[in-house]
Amino acid sequence: MGILSQPVGAIAEWLRNLLLGWGLSPGLTTVLLYLIGAGVLATLVQTWVIFLIWYERKIIGRFQDRLGPNRVGPYGLLQPFADFIKIMTKEVIIPEGADKPIYILGPIVMDAGVLMLWAVIPLMPMVGMDINVAALYTIAVGAFATLGILMSGWASNNKFALVSAIRTVAQMISYEVPTVLALLVPVLLAGTMSLQGIVEAQHVWYIVAAPLAFLIYFISSVAEVGRTPFDLLEAESEIVAGFHIEYSGMVFAIFYVGDFLHAFTIGALAAVLFLGGWRGPGAEAFPLLGLLYLWIKAFAVYFLVVWARGSLPRVRIDQMMNFSWKFLTPLALVLLVLTAVLDYFVAGWGAWGQALSHLVMNLVVGWLVLRYLQAWEKARAARRPVVAQPGQYPVARPPRPAVAETSTEAAS
Amino acid sequence: MTAMQIVFLLTAVVALFSAFRVVTTPNMVHAALWLIVTLSSVAVLYVLLSASFFAVVQIVVYVGAIAILMMFVVMLTRREMRDRGPQLGKQWPWAAVLAVLAFGGLTWLVRSAALPASPVGEVPATSVADLGAALVNPGGFVIPFEIASVLLLAALIGAVYVAWTRRNS
Repeated sequence: MGILSQPVGAIAEWLRNLLLGWGLSPGLTTVLLYLIGAGVLATLVQTWVIFLIWYERKIIGRFQDRLGPNRVGPYGLLQPFADFIKIMTKEVIIPEGADKPIYILGPIVMDAGVLMLWAVIPLMPMVGMDINVAALYTIAVGAFATLGILMSGWASNNKFALVSAIRTVAQMISYEVPTVLALLVPVLLAGTMSLQGIVEAQHVWYIVAAPLAFLIYFISSVAEVGRTPFDLLEAESEIVAGFHIEYSGMVFAIFYVGDFLHAFTIGALAAVLFLGGWRGPGAEAFPLLGLLYLWIKAFAVYFLVVWARGSLPRVRIDQMMNFSWKFLTPLALVLLVLTAVLDYFVAGWGAWGQALSHLVMNLVVGWLVLRYLQAWEKARAARRPVVAQPGQYPVARPPRPAVAETSTEAAS
Repeated sequence: MTAMQIVFLLTAVVALFSAFRVVTTPNMVHAALWLIVTLSSVAVLYVLLSASFFAVVQIVVYVGAIAILMMFVVMLTRREMRDRGPQLGKQWPWAAVLAVLAFGGLTWLVRSAALPASPVGEVPATSVADLGAALVNPGGFVIPFEIASVLLLAALIGAVYVAWTRRNS
């Protein structure tokens, strides 16, 4: 067992022999190894956030025609360290009337919910807990992130925080449904719920076979993380800062870290489910290469998240709810049924034949959905005539009184 | 004592203690949070029994849906954060009698049943696939499964009907 072919396995084996040499029992050694592995993984992933913060700030800066952080270190790479030192020196303020233990536990539970996702992500061949219900597990531990936000919003003893917590629950529960339904498509195609099994089954990436499912999964995961355009839980213009309004110092930093890590984690999950995970040339022979491929793919999806943050305005809460329940959920349901039926008929067509037939089905469904949306938009426009005429007011301006009267008449 | 037993004992202690706190804490949100700890500990017990599917379903259904719904309802309906009402309702003697009877019955059952001292056999790796096949197999559990589905659908439609606001009233 070489360090190159099985890097983590070799280290674990060496540690196991070391611990057994100290006279520990085999069972205790296994438990200790799991604890060490969990600790190392959690620490590495959280340390990685230092880079993520720099990456996101730099990209958002570019989107907004700025340079982003560029003072501390080369390309501003050491900026997060400076921020970190600053935030560590700040006082942790616990507001009057707050529920102290829950107030402190809130960010920790939220961060733990994100970290627990990393337990099942297959970083490279042969690494990661390969449990046979991993896909469902990723949904289950998402509940802890919701719970953390709910706890801190309630315990802050602040109306804005409470409103944010209630919004969070409504949003997360609504968007959990399309997430699960879209997640079931790769599970169905691979025939297993183990993430390692899903990666191994992707001879052709599932984004080819199920592009619509990828889109639904991506959109609803962004909503579950609470990123723009779905960041109603911390809408500055409405509820100041939402659930973390009272937090300061290190307890706020935990929220901050958890938020960035969650966004990157959904990137990694989407990469595992739809972009082939660690698959790539030479990944089986050199697992570390697989880790690199996964990282590149995860960053590609994370870039999309940041892109959306840099370019889209925030949606209203009723728009967000309608979008989930009236559009994403029915579409995901239809897709799931169609995928299951089609998968039954094309079972013997080989990897590319299956993928391409699914792609054709997806394209047809996507085209029909687009036509439906166009017809719907046309019907809405007929119900409520567009105020602006060419050469008159732009759409965003308030209408002239005469035009406004006709529009209200038409609406009633 | 093996490491597995230590983990089991720790989890059992946490589950029992948090279950005790659920009924003794005066604050309702705290009770809901303690309930979450209890339910999560039960999920750990499922993992120790190699029933990973049930562990995950336990978290999804009980922690992810029911416990959060409870907290949500408490948060929406209580005005005061430190809401302290009376701990005991009117029917507490009956509840106590029922609890003692249930506990005694369970104790008798566990003591009288011939439980195996060691694992009966290896858990098959494809237990989730077997479960899924059994749920749709006509010789398996397809009828109870469908009845449960219809029941849930009826509850869903009922909830929509109750929440529906009529336009012209």
